Amino acid sequence: MSNIMLYAEVTKENYLHTVVFELAYKAQELAKKLDNASVSALLICKTGLAENFKEAFINSGFDFVYIAESNRLTHYSTELYSKIAVDIIREVKPDIILVGATTQGRDLAPRISSSLHTGLTADCIGLDINEKGQLAATRPTFGGKLMATILCKTLPQMATVRPKVFKPAPENIVKDTKFIYIKPEIDNIQKKVEFIEFVKGLNTAINELDSAEIIVAGGKGMKNEAGFELLKNFAQCIGGCVAASRGAVDMGLAPSDIQIGQTGKTVTPKLYIACGISGAIQHIVGMQDSDKIIAINNDEKAPIFDVSDCGFVGDVFEVIPELIRIIKNSNGDAASDINIS
Amino acid sequence: MKIIVCIKQVPDTTDIKWTENNTIQREGVESIINPYDVYAIEEALKLKKTVENVEITVLTMGPLQAVEMLKKAIAVGCDNAVLITDKKFAGADTYATGKTIATTIKNKLPDYDLILCGQFAVDGDTAQTGPSIANQLEIPQVTYAKELKKCDGTCIYAVREIEEGSETVKVEFPALICVLKGFEEPTRPKINGIIKAQNTEITTYTMEDIGLTPEETGLKGSPTYVSRAFRPEHNRGKCEICTDCNILAEKIKEFGGISNE
Repeated sequence: MSNIMLYAEVTKENYLHTVVFELAYKAQELAKKLDNASVSALLICKTGLAENFKEAFINSGFDFVYIAESNRLTHYSTELYSKIAVDIIREVKPDIILVGATTQGRDLAPRISSSLHTGLTADCIGLDINEKGQLAATRPTFGGKLMATILCKTLPQMATVRPKVFKPAPENIVKDTKFIYIKPEIDNIQKKVEFIEFVKGLNTAINELDSAEIIVAGGKGMKNEAGFELLKNFAQCIGGCVAASRGAVDMGLAPSDIQIGQTGKTVTPKLYIACGISGAIQHIVGMQDSDKIIAINNDEKAPIFDVSDCGFVGDVFEVIPELIRIIKNSNGDAASDINIS
Repeated sequence: MKIIVCIKQVPDTTDIKWTENNTIQREGVESIINPYDVYAIEEALKLKKTVENVEITVLTMGPLQAVEMLKKAIAVGCDNAVLITDKKFAGADTYATGKTIATTIKNKLPDYDLILCGQFAVDGDTAQTGPSIANQLEIPQVTYAKELKKCDGTCIYAVREIEEGSETVKVEFPALICVLKGFEEPTRPKINGIIKAQNTEITTYTMEDIGLTPEETGLKGSPTYVSRAFRPEHNRGKCEICTDCNILAEKIKEFGGISNE
């Protein structure tokens, strides 16, 4: 019988990362197609922490949880974590390993796959089992202009998936989970990378975008800093948050922590307004599940219109100030206090 | 101190067009140095200014045309350039690419302290080749580095940008570091740099030179392969195009915007 293993990532603040539950639900679906394969989790953490997560594992459909605890594992360490993961994987021999495409997952997974001489498909947006029982992992490639379904000749078949690409189970899937403690063999490892300090991010944009109901995103078409100021005014006017495409981030118009897309965040607001964004699939995979999408772009052939519910072909520097004026008027505000330069 | 900077030639992805047959038009697409790798070169150049006796070797695996990109790296201040090129490398995934580059470093450039890579390549976006090289060389890695500091020739401090904030780590050499893109304007080549680039011989190695077999490289040496490539489809209904800002404002309202009345 085949089995599927997930990497149970622990965040800096000692929670299980939400992506673990998203992958857990996806793994249930894949397991059914594999003649009820077992689903296991691999948890590497500081001593005693695993106890906190047991209920969550039991309620998320895991058959087994392999736990390696040590006081040397308080902070994520590529060297120690990859050693432990590889040791356990060699023992358990899963056929499929799924890892969240977080900074930790993307640091760890290639180290594991390289040690096991197997393949790893990064940033998948679709996972399925094909007629031969192989993991068929679909990801955008070529700058996001093309989708590719990738298969792996060797075992285990590994894939990383960004947070929020899949949905967690709508209700508990309770299993008689077995917790298996494994003593990590790391006493002889002299770490070459030493943790010095961690400074919690002051920028709250990351969390704001996760829960935002309205997002106003700007692309290269916003041209300059004044363009992003205009977006901020617009967002404020409709009660939204500002985000950016990679094009805009690459131009230095916006910080990378508000970037939406394959190499940025995935968001699912009620309303997403794309301003001056052409709509490379690289961007689209990060926002296509929004309830409603509006696009404003001066190129009527821009692919963003193909994924939008409503579009306006025109110059963002004319359309947005006009929208602000109309909306402010309908709200009974004086238009004069808006900076629409 | 010896630094190797791994760079990749990528198509300018902002410039990609579709053919009528739904394949990507590759002809006439310009090649550029992967933008993240430009900052790997920048970090190496910064270290050259602050640490004594730094020698920078820029390394790429790619077609012969990549020589031009390597010359650009010499023109901005890198010292040596190495091209690993062979038709047998075609179709390599990140595992095979990591193996080819790691084997080259092991056999041809073993005397290094630091390897710098860009965090991502904009064409593949996997972020896997750097860690794969580090693993095969059995050296430590630091990924998502946004700042490098306090290098004394035996170790360096790196500030990593991760989801929850920034983490500072100290890493002993030899090590591999993947860097994020900075915002500063990259170094431009100076006249004497361009002259130096013209006079610098690019060292070229083939698969046999580095000691690998066809089974270990290219598509044959790759665990993964593309079974299907297709143009993305979207299942949203037809986009309603409006031409009047008043109607657009109504739509915004209808879709749940303008909640602060």
